[in-house]
Amino acid sequence: MTIVFYLIQQLVNAVSIGSLYALMAVGLAMVFGILRLINFAHGDLMMVAAYFAAFALFAKLPLPLAILLMIAGTVLVGLLVERVGYRSIRGAPDVAALLTSFAVGQILQNGTLLATRLMQRPIQIAFPSPALLNGVVAFGSITVPRLNVVSLVTGVILLVLLSLFVTRTDLGLSMRAAAEDLPAAQLMGIDINRVIATAFAIGSGLAAVAGLLFAVQAGQINPYMGFTPVLKAFIAAVIGGFGSIAGAVVGGYALGALEVLLTAIPGIGDILPPGMVSPGVQAFLKQWLPGSLTSYRDAFVFVVLILTLLFRPNGILGQRGREEMQ
Amino acid sequence: MLELREVEVSYGNILALKGVSLTVAQGELVTLIGSNGAGKSTTLKTISGLLRPRAGALLYHRQPLDRLPPQRIVALGISHCPEGRRLFGRLTVAENLRLGAVHRRDAPGIRRDAERVYELFPVLRERSRQLAGTLSGGEQQMLAIGRALMSRPKLLLLDEPSLGLAPLLVGAIFDTIRQLKGEGTTILLVEQNARLALDIADRAYVMETGRIMLAGSAAELMHNPQVEHTYLGT
Repeated sequence: MTIVFYLIQQLVNAVSIGSLYALMAVGLAMVFGILRLINFAHGDLMMVAAYFAAFALFAKLPLPLAILLMIAGTVLVGLLVERVGYRSIRGAPDVAALLTSFAVGQILQNGTLLATRLMQRPIQIAFPSPALLNGVVAFGSITVPRLNVVSLVTGVILLVLLSLFVTRTDLGLSMRAAAEDLPAAQLMGIDINRVIATAFAIGSGLAAVAGLLFAVQAGQINPYMGFTPVLKAFIAAVIGGFGSIAGAVVGGYALGALEVLLTAIPGIGDILPPGMVSPGVQAFLKQWLPGSLTSYRDAFVFVVLILTLLFRPNGILGQRGREEMQ
Repeated sequence: MLELREVEVSYGNILALKGVSLTVAQGELVTLIGSNGAGKSTTLKTISGLLRPRAGALLYHRQPLDRLPPQRIVALGISHCPEGRRLFGRLTVAENLRLGAVHRRDAPGIRRDAERVYELFPVLRERSRQLAGTLSGGEQQMLAIGRALMSRPKLLLLDEPSLGLAPLLVGAIFDTIRQLKGEGTTILLVEQNARLALDIADRAYVMETGRIMLAGSAAELMHNPQVEHTYLGT
């Protein structure tokens, strides 16, 4: 039985980490879909959100209000970044946009540094995790960290809402049209500035939620915490099919599952109950899949990324050889 | 209704329109003919706001157009059905039509106009839930025109509606254009098939390398020896 519990626990872990990646990847995908811009500052928006949440919680605001302030603040920063940073270089070569995203990231990091200094806090601060997100939940004899359950549920709810938005509303439809063919979308009478601002606003809001969940998980925050998540979100989006929202979601969960798999499989020889497999197999597993392999997890993730780029460059959901009409 | 005065447009350093002047009056079907690269599509893109003129004036009902973003120009009643159709292939037929009216707020009117497009092109109704990218070339052209009509245009800019279509379908598309004109839609038609275009147009302009070379009634140009020689292949 323990092996079943173990599998269920790992499954919950996979879906919860996958939700975080998906929440981040969706923001990258929406912006890339419309502007062909890889917004590497997206991770820094997430970081900014974590600081908003931390300062709101330090100020002893109730959790719902803190979350609301965090989302509103991050959306505002996201809109500001679009208006000041990216709109002014629209139409410039892709490289310029990419470099701008690094610059925006630097500005957000240094701005946060400055803010922490002005508030006389250390650079790295312990995140004041709300009690609601700590501890474990027990389902029968299975226990899972409450944070994982919250991540899973929040992720799924937000992504369902997002999919309703892009399929059921005019603005969502306009967004998909703009992602497919920007000039043609303009000919439809779509105000592309509004559509792009909406993509940034939604992306920032989702990144804010992911930021809070990441911060609780890590227990501490610093101005550079956005780097790994944005890299992982980028990988997720590429694996799923870059530029497509559905691809980002699929890629996010696929990456989550992959990472958990890579964490769970090494060391499997140690946790298999005796008698489940023949001693020979168990010895083989212990020798070739030692728990220490876990530390190579990210290396394996990048191997999968490279394989994806080699064999399915358009991702899991990408259509092959789609030509762009000019 | 529409007037272009000495319009110049450049792509980087290359001057694509070198002072184009033309007019389209209410209810007219005017065609712009000429060979590839003459600047016909560039002219349409400038009218719909995708390109900005470097010099000259664009007037619609005597109002200048050249500072307006594309979405404002669509709202004024100018609808551009672009070359190559430019459908949203990953969206359904119904969604493409919906996008044609996305700047409008009159839901009952939008429903009526969708109904009208489906009457004009019954095959689109059958395929309304299909992805636009899966339609045949002729169906795609019907959808492109239908989508342009969803904005309820007063002036319709049609760019190469016959391109890549079998002769039978070209006939059907041109019958539709004739019908739209009959209903009072003003049309500016860009076409490489000069014979077809002159056949249904009231007036025509002949473009060459960014300039208007000839202008006149369609009947006149049809019998102009130069036009006959260069564009009608006789």
